[in-house]
Amino acid sequence: MSVLTFKGGVHPYSGKEYTKNKAIDEYFPENGLFVIPLSQHIGSPATPIVKVGDRVLVNQKIGEASGFISANVHSSVSGIVKAIDNRKVANGNKVPCIIIENDGLYEKTNSMDNENYLEFSKEEKLELIKEAGIVGMGGAGFPTHVKLSPPKPENIDYIIVNGAECEPYLTSDYRRMLENPEIIVEGLKIVLSLFDNAKGIIAVEDNKLDAIVRLRKCVSKENNIEVKTLFTKYPQGGERSLIYATTKRCLDSSKLPADIGCIVHNIDTIYAIYNAVVKNLPLTTRVVTITGDAVRYPGNYIVPVGADIKQFIDDTGEFKDKAEKIISGGPMMGMALHDLNIPVTKGTSAILMFKKDEVSACKPSNCINCGRCVNACPSRIIPSRLAKAADKNNEDEFLKLNGLECIECGSCSYICPAKRQLTQSIKTMKKNILSNKRK
Amino acid sequence: MSDLLNVSSNPHVRDKNSTSSIMLDVIIALLPTTIFGIYNFGYRAFIVIMLTIISCVLSEFLYQKCMKTDITIKDFSAVVTGLLLALNLPYDIPYWMAIIGGIFAIIIVKQLFGGIGQNFMNPALAARCFLLLSFGTNMTVFTYDSITGATPLKVIRDTGSFDLYKMFIGTTAGTIGETSAIAILIGGIYLLAKRVIDIRIPFAYLAVFSLFILFFGNEKFDIYYLALQLCGGGIMLGAFFMATDYVTSPITSRGRWIFGALLGILTGIFRVFGPNAEGVSFAIIFCNLLVPLIEKITIPKPFGYVSKKKEAKNE
Ligand code: SF4
Ligand code: SF4
Repeated sequence: MSVLTFKGGVHPYSGKEYTKNKAIDEYFPENGLFVIPLSQHIGSPATPIVKVGDRVLVNQKIGEASGFISANVHSSVSGIVKAIDNRKVANGNKVPCIIIENDGLYEKTNSMDNENYLEFSKEEKLELIKEAGIVGMGGAGFPTHVKLSPPKPENIDYIIVNGAECEPYLTSDYRRMLENPEIIVEGLKIVLSLFDNAKGIIAVEDNKLDAIVRLRKCVSKENNIEVKTLFTKYPQGGERSLIYATTKRCLDSSKLPADIGCIVHNIDTIYAIYNAVVKNLPLTTRVVTITGDAVRYPGNYIVPVGADIKQFIDDTGEFKDKAEKIISGGPMMGMALHDLNIPVTKGTSAILMFKKDEVSACKPSNCINCGRCVNACPSRIIPSRLAKAADKNNEDEFLKLNGLECIECGSCSYICPAKRQLTQSIKTMKKNILSNKRK
Repeated sequence: MSDLLNVSSNPHVRDKNSTSSIMLDVIIALLPTTIFGIYNFGYRAFIVIMLTIISCVLSEFLYQKCMKTDITIKDFSAVVTGLLLALNLPYDIPYWMAIIGGIFAIIIVKQLFGGIGQNFMNPALAARCFLLLSFGTNMTVFTYDSITGATPLKVIRDTGSFDLYKMFIGTTAGTIGETSAIAILIGGIYLLAKRVIDIRIPFAYLAVFSLFILFFGNEKFDIYYLALQLCGGGIMLGAFFMATDYVTSPITSRGRWIFGALLGILTGIFRVFGPNAEGVSFAIIFCNLLVPLIEKITIPKPFGYVSKKKEAKNE
C-alpha cells in the first residue's frame, strides 16, 4: 500500500503520546454558567429563540439559523436562561451568546432514533443535518449542510474524511477512529448516499496504524469506501494537501473543493452527521484534547459546547505548573488565549497548555535567505519575500508573489532559523487585502 | 493569572534549527579542510586562519557597537566568513593583509549593506578578490615545501598533466583550503546530510563545468584531464561552500539550478580561455550579482496553478 503525501511541509514534534492512549472520557460539569455563542460558524449569527428566564433542556434549539450560510444552535445543558449578551470567545472578539445556568440535571428533550433512516430521501437527510446545527469542526466552522449542497451534486466524485490529524498534540480524531470506527463508516455512508457518483475516502496518517486497521476492518464489505494511508507530515490534513494526496487534484484559492469534485469532512463532523441522521440528535458536544507539559492529567474528553474553559481545565486536566501559554486548537494553527473565561465551542479541538512559550523565547533576526520556508510552504510561494512585502505594506508585490494563496498553515514560521514571524505578517496582509476588496 | 498568559499569532512552536546552529554546522563541515590545510602548510596557516576569524568577529563587534545596533557575533556568521576567507588565501600571505581582508569582508561587504542577510556578494570571496586586485603578487605566488612554484592548475595548463592522487588528497600548492578535494567532499557530504545545503547548486555547478571541460577543454573528452580540473583550484570549495552561501544564492529551487549551471559555464570559460588558470572566485562573485535577476524569473507557480492552465486549454 502506497503512502500518499504532498510537496512541502514540516515535521514538528508530535507530542501525541501524552493523550494517545487515553480513552475518550465524558465531562459534564454539575454547576456553573454555560455560555453558548450564537456564532460558532462562518456566516451570520443565529437568532436567539429563547428568552431570559426560560428553562431550556439539553438538545433544545435556542438559536435559529438566520441566513443561507448560518447554523442552528442548541443547548448542551438544562437550566434557566440567565442572559443573552455579548461575550468574549477564543479569538478575542465579543459575540452574542446565550448564558444558561446549569442545573446539573442534563434533562433532555424527547427524541427518538430514526430507525428507518436508510429509507429517508436525500432532502430529508440534509434537513436533519441542517436542523442539527452541524458545522465543520476543524475550527473554521463552515455550515455542513451548505457544504453538502453544492450546485451540482452529481459532479462530486469523492467524499474525503479527514483523519490525518496532522496538528501535533491533538488526539481527539484518533480516539474517535479507534473507539467508534463503525460510526465513522456509517456516517460516511450517509453522506455518500446524498451523492450519486461519489466514492468515500477515509484518509489517515501513518502514525495511526491501529486506527487504520480498525477502519479497514469496518470498510471491508463496502465497495465504494477506501481507507488511505497518508505520510505523516504537517499540514497533511490541510484541505488542499489532503485532496492532492488522496486524489491528485489541485486546489487553489480561486476554487472550492466542490469545484474539483471533492468534499472534505472532519472526523467529528462525520460523527455529528451520524448522530443527527440516525439518533436525531443535534450537535451539542465535541471531543476536546487537553494536553501539554503544564497539564497534570492529559486526556480526551467529550465536552458540552458552552462549558467554561477555565472550569474545564480545573475539573479535568488541572494545572501541574504555571502555564505561560494556553492555546485553543493545535500548536500550528490554534489561537493563543489570553483569557480562560471563554466557552468551548463546536470548533474547539484542544486546549494546549505549555509551561514555556517557544515563540517569545526566540527573537527574530535577519532573514538569511536559506530557502527553508520556500521548501516548507505547501502553497509553493515564497514566504520570506511575501513577509517582506507585507511588512512594507507593498500590496502589488504581495499579489505578484501570489500571497493570497497562503493557507496560513504556519510551516514557514515554524521552520525559519532566523525565527521570523512570517505567517503572522502574511496573514495580516492577506486579511487587509481581502477586507479592502470587499469594501 | 489570566493577564500573565502570552499571546501571539500561530504557529506556537518553532523548529530547533537557528541561524547559529546552521553556522555551527558549516564550521563543523569546514573542519576537515581546515585541519588538512594546517597539516599541509604548517603553523603559519593556523595563524592566518586565526587572524582572519578574529579580525572578522572583532570588526563586526566594533561596527555594531559604534552603530549601536544589536551585536550579532553570537550567530557565528562572522566566524564562518573569517574561516572561509582564510581558506581562500595563500598560507604565506603577510599577516596584515589577512587582517585587512577580514575587515573588508565584514565592514565593506557585509555591514555597510545592512548586516547578515543583506549583502549581495559573498563577503569572503569579495575580500579575496579585493586582495587579489590590490596586492596581486602576494596572492598569486604560491610556495610549497619552500619552493616557489605554480599551482597544479597552472602546471596542468602548461604541461597538460599532474599527479591526480596528490591533488585528490591535497598535498599540493594552493590556498590554505582549496587543495584537498577529499576533505572538502567530506564536509560537503556532511552539509548535505544535515540538509544545511541542498544538492542543486553543487550538482549543477560541477555537472555543467564537467560538460564544458569535456567539450571545450584543452584535452577534449579526456576523463583524467577532467578529474584533474575538478580536483584543482577552488572549484570544490567553491561549489560546496562558497556558491551555496544562502544570502548570495537564489532562494527558489529552479533559480538554484540556473545559478549552479551559470557558475559551471563561467568557471569553464575563465579556466579555458581566461588569462589565469583560476576562475572560481570571479565566477561566483559575478553570479552573485545576477541573483536578483535569476530569482525574478524563477518565481515558482503556486500550488494548483497547473490545473488552471489546463482548464483554460480545455475551455
Ligand atoms: S506562506 Fe502560508 S501557506 Fe506557505 S508555509 Fe507560510 S503559512 Fe503556510
Ligand atoms: S526560512 Fe527564514 S531565514 Fe530562511 S529564507 Fe525563509 S525567512 Fe529567510
